[in-house]
Amino acid sequence: MNIIELIQNKFPDLVVSTHDQCGDQTVVIRKEGIVTLAKFLKYDPELDFNMLTDLTCVDYLKMNQEPRFEMVYHFYSLTKNHRLRVKALVEEKSPEVDTLCELWPIANWFEREVWDMFGIRFKNHPNLKRILLYEEFVGHPLRKDYPYDKRQPIIGPKN
Amino acid sequence: MENEYTPLTTSDDALDSQSMLINMGPAHPAMHGVIRLILKLDGEQVMDAEVEIGYLHRAFEKSAEQGNYLQVVPYTDRLNYVSPLINNFGYVCAVEKLMGLQVTERADYIRVIMSEISRVCDHLTCIAATTMELGAFTAFLYFMKAREFLYELVEMVTGARLTISYARVGGVKADLPDGFKEKTLSALKETRKTLKELDLLMTRNRIFVDRLAGVGIISKEDAIAYGITGPFLRATGVDYDVRKAEPYHVYDRIDFDIPVGSNGDSYDRYLVRMEEMQQSMRIIEQALAQMKPGPVCVSPSAKEIPGAEMVDEAKMGKTKGLMELGAVVDPTLEGTGKEHQKLIYPSGTPNEKKVMLPAKENTYGNIEGLMNHFKLIMIGHGMAPPKGEAYFPVEGGTGELGFYVVSDGTDRPYRVRVRPPCFPTMAAFHKIIKGGMVADVIATFGTVNMIAGELDR
Repeated sequence: MNIIELIQNKFPDLVVSTHDQCGDQTVVIRKEGIVTLAKFLKYDPELDFNMLTDLTCVDYLKMNQEPRFEMVYHFYSLTKNHRLRVKALVEEKSPEVDTLCELWPIANWFEREVWDMFGIRFKNHPNLKRILLYEEFVGHPLRKDYPYDKRQPIIGPKN
Repeated sequence: MENEYTPLTTSDDALDSQSMLINMGPAHPAMHGVIRLILKLDGEQVMDAEVEIGYLHRAFEKSAEQGNYLQVVPYTDRLNYVSPLINNFGYVCAVEKLMGLQVTERADYIRVIMSEISRVCDHLTCIAATTMELGAFTAFLYFMKAREFLYELVEMVTGARLTISYARVGGVKADLPDGFKEKTLSALKETRKTLKELDLLMTRNRIFVDRLAGVGIISKEDAIAYGITGPFLRATGVDYDVRKAEPYHVYDRIDFDIPVGSNGDSYDRYLVRMEEMQQSMRIIEQALAQMKPGPVCVSPSAKEIPGAEMVDEAKMGKTKGLMELGAVVDPTLEGTGKEHQKLIYPSGTPNEKKVMLPAKENTYGNIEGLMNHFKLIMIGHGMAPPKGEAYFPVEGGTGELGFYVVSDGTDRPYRVRVRPPCFPTMAAFHKIIKGGMVADVIATFGTVNMIAGELDR
């Protein structure tokens, strides 16, 4: 079964492009449809993607790619033993994506990490605060325009 | 879901309900110095909890973007510092997948053997820490003794115990040393003996069982929803193991079982780990029996002479035909392996396959080797995978360890993302300990096998 074709036929106006480079099936979509697609992936009995393996982001500033950010979701199905990568395009002007917390609770921490490192906001996230860095940290270090050697004072927790 | 997070404060009726906020960690010995749990207690019972991580954040992903592809390998040693070999192999496999590179059979077998040695070390350390935190210090020393046999093997092969940096894109740093097979078999024998003693000491020990059984339970559905993998998931009864589900290296040629639990409690996780160590040792024995001599990295074979002789000849100016020869050196000094001195890139090899550094004797001994080395090390000249992305999962000590590498076509990784296996477990931890006793937090936390190096990166 070709997962890419199935998704393309189901959501023709959502899918921007697809590829299966290195054998990883990938679907690039508009960010508005991420919750719709994720719901379909999770509850469709044919696909049955019951695990959100990884969620991250890539900043394409240095590669001059438009739009600047791409959210990268890796799904895995324990029952069907297949994987899928979904990438959602995010513009620099409005770095905001819908949360997947309601579908997979693990998205809570993964999305906090993306907010911490890339400054992308998640709509309806229950607890969107920094996870690896401290609240007083200025900037989002994994963005390509954040200098590698920049120093900031470490401020410990207040309570 | 909206109710899942509520800020932890002592409310107005705190005095009535006698609830109390307490910090466990980051300076608590059982929290390994790097985790802060904020517990809301009612007497001894945990009413609610919040986990705070990030105390060991070292910007791994940012650092990985600064150097070239090979310079990331030492950073991966420090991710899961109990089983650094698996991290090494996970990362280089992701880069190899991106380049479409097929490593040699012997390299694959070496990777399997070293991964499994690391896995046993990982499980031993995890259970050892758990038992020690529960007060069984004698058992801890037994586990450390068993681990020492395996660490000696790691040291013998890589030249280091922890910061090993043994993997290379395209193979491994050096071949296994002489006498490795015999030493491994005797080390496995000793480990088995120690494990049997420990089994008698711990598995039916009334105090130990009482502390672990029925504690820290997570349901199968919750574990899947939280993306938990590894022994933690298998203890709930799901037989997911990356080595079986998507065999990499040569795991598909090896016969082994995946132990699963049924209750998803701390005791099941202990049993799963104990059995997995036996399976890992089975894998090592089979791999040792199956593997054949051959090159350990992508390269043609060459005639061998002692390394010192080669250097002497080069010093005297006798460089003719030197690049056709291989040098025999001490395994820990070997640049890339015995089979691989004839300057790695025979004509006709595609450009992007230029991956292996020449052996040190070649780099220091002849101009071709030096140029070769130079071309791979200089910024802007090194190995450059084609533009694209690849995700490669391996079975780490704690679960699925994934590396997602994005290349922009230059010699530096554009983005390296690690999917740390204990991150999902820690995300679910507040749920696991809720409703239990405060003393059980320690027992449960031990069986998570939280490794801060990969959790915080």
